[in-house]
Amino acid sequence: MTPIASSSPASNRRLGSILFVPVQFVMTLIDAPLRALQKLTGISGMAMFFLAPNMLIFGIFVLLPLAINFVYSMTGGTAFFLADRTFIGFDQYSRLFECGNYLDPLSCQEDAFWTAVGNTAWFVVLQVTLMILMALGTALILNRDLRARSFWRAVFFFPVLLSPVVVGLIWKWILQRQGLLNFALFEMGLEPHNWLTDRTWAFAAAVAVSIWAHMGFYALILLAGLQAIPKDLYEAAEMDGTKAARVFWRITLPLLAPNLLVVVVLALIKAVQVFDEVYVLTGGGPGTSTMFLTQYIYETGFASQLRNPGLAAAASILMGLVLVVLTLFQLGIGRRTEGKRKR
Amino acid sequence: MNKKSILAGLALALLTGTAANAGDVRVMWYSDGVEGEVMKDLVNRFMEENPGINVILDNVAYSVIKEQLPVQLEAGNGPDVARVTAIKDLAKHWLDLRPLVKDPAYWDENFGDKADWMRPDGSDQISGFMTQLTLTGGFANKTLFDQAGVEMPGPKATWEEWAAAAKKVADSQQVPYPMAIDRSGHRITAPMLSYGANYIGEDGKPAPLDQGAKDFLTKFVNWTEEGVFAKDVWVSAAGNTYRAAADDFINGQLAFYYSGSWQVANLATKIGNNFDWVATGSPCGPAACTGMPGGAALVAVKYTKNPKDVATFMDWMAQEDIVREFSERTLFLPAHKGVVEKGGLNFETENEQAKAALGTFVEASKSTSETALKLPAWRWADTVYAAIVTRIGQTLAGELPLEDAFARIDADIAQKVKDTGL
Repeated sequence: MTPIASSSPASNRRLGSILFVPVQFVMTLIDAPLRALQKLTGISGMAMFFLAPNMLIFGIFVLLPLAINFVYSMTGGTAFFLADRTFIGFDQYSRLFECGNYLDPLSCQEDAFWTAVGNTAWFVVLQVTLMILMALGTALILNRDLRARSFWRAVFFFPVLLSPVVVGLIWKWILQRQGLLNFALFEMGLEPHNWLTDRTWAFAAAVAVSIWAHMGFYALILLAGLQAIPKDLYEAAEMDGTKAARVFWRITLPLLAPNLLVVVVLALIKAVQVFDEVYVLTGGGPGTSTMFLTQYIYETGFASQLRNPGLAAAASILMGLVLVVLTLFQLGIGRRTEGKRKR
Repeated sequence: MNKKSILAGLALALLTGTAANAGDVRVMWYSDGVEGEVMKDLVNRFMEENPGINVILDNVAYSVIKEQLPVQLEAGNGPDVARVTAIKDLAKHWLDLRPLVKDPAYWDENFGDKADWMRPDGSDQISGFMTQLTLTGGFANKTLFDQAGVEMPGPKATWEEWAAAAKKVADSQQVPYPMAIDRSGHRITAPMLSYGANYIGEDGKPAPLDQGAKDFLTKFVNWTEEGVFAKDVWVSAAGNTYRAAADDFINGQLAFYYSGSWQVANLATKIGNNFDWVATGSPCGPAACTGMPGGAALVAVKYTKNPKDVATFMDWMAQEDIVREFSERTLFLPAHKGVVEKGGLNFETENEQAKAALGTFVEASKSTSETALKLPAWRWADTVYAAIVTRIGQTLAGELPLEDAFARIDADIAQKVKDTGL
């Protein structure tokens, strides 16, 4: 079939040269001053020059708020304007750490903070462990020659595309007292249960819903890792008559390790920041059994009648430190993996 | 051609730039029932009569008013006018309309008795007016009582009598819970006052929880553990988040529901002919049979850039015939002295149950205790409410013993007072 005229190489070139005219014009305009600047500052100075806009945006929208947040954490009172607040040094931090026994939140002055810390720690351990195991299992299955493989990949990835609020509302509709799950149980002649008002079940629901919402993303990363493993290794193992479990432990897992590490660290960071879908699902209840650190900060800073912006800022700085440690860990792993590859 | 285009563009930019500011009055509004529709209609009529003023009605959820508006106000932002319930707590953000309204004497005469509810202590500021007066009270599912063959307790019945009767009904009719009370410090304060509680200390600051308060809270926690009160409502959130149990009552899942007069229109609309219901007033305790007064106010925000337009709008909304119409169409109790004294309100509903319920609330307002009447104008009321809801919610979820909850409530309130620096 003859290609249509508009997509022929000649017409493409013509279109490209027309589109390039304004670009060329701009480049001619800035060429002279940039050359002068390069003479003045050298190559490294030019790097700084091109990085400056990005750094400016980063500074204004990330570093400056961080600094303001830190200043807030050193102030007291209920006013929001910094100018109306009084400097109290590290009192907010002392208040957060004033505790008889850190393992017993009720012995702490800010019991809600330590409850949130404990809940978050449990959530991170359970959610990250279970989610990675499930993501790995899903990726291994999706890596096989399944019928309608693309469909199954889409099924597992679909929840990732949903808004956290939608995720929370869907599962609330399923799990609430008069929800779909209890209706199904009732129809089967089983006893319905108040899933979201039972502390253990509500926490389990928070973990499960979070896994459902995010697992697809991590499964996709692992699937990409699996597909990058050379097929000839598996063929060689098959020829040697190696058992499937040994193939997994000796070939798949070691070669998937870099992807797994990235997934672990990303999942850890995301889990520490858990908020939206759980907030919609349980509101932090029953009691405070699903109240995590981010919700504590939000409630303390903004939502509660007993709000204290300074205390919320102090808690967020502490949470930020945890996230910095996790990020450094990720960077360290990245560099180590890169180093190994180069070797 | 190019010059013309540029000039036209500049003119348009200038036009839209000015139209976005001068004459705009942004109103933040929430609805419990049908009042959003009524307000929309009134706003349209106001704009027809005042073509130079453009009123933008932002209908938001109550949680936005409760959680986000205070933050906006603290930052010096927010709407020009808002419908709020935390009127005393946020009083420092309201605009003084006294120099701006046409006739301050009219405002003093008709809204003066509730003016202290919404202005800083010791001032004569006109901040706005109550769009409705409310009173907490109970609703009973009459059909369930009739089907169970249980006689409904009378007007002076105690909380214990209602609990016993509602439990019989629930057991007989297989209803999940006999009773429910909204997850709200304001709502639970009514029975606490009936048991003799008094939050206000001699110095005007919050007093530690007294025996009356502890007595009712102890009963409430025990009743909830026994399944008399709906546990879901109180444990379904952390902190002082508001939760209403209205949907459970509307769905026929409760024999008795303690909320307030603002629910009448909501219940009338949503229950329809599904079952018969009645307003019961507030059950009695050893000290009183009181409900908690309250309501929502339409207030002007002092950060407005159009104070004159705001005052024009407020003057129009506060007119006697507009207040009367608003009350009749929304089934809210009016706070306008002239409207109340003239009486003869013709509530626009065919629903006889709703009319009877409004009559019950008017009657119940006569037994409102002195302590209850003081609380809406007391600046620490919301602080006390928040601490009670937060800690009792934890107790009901099984994570805080009741005695510890009492200690924590006192400590939370004391900390808030200390943080405020007063």
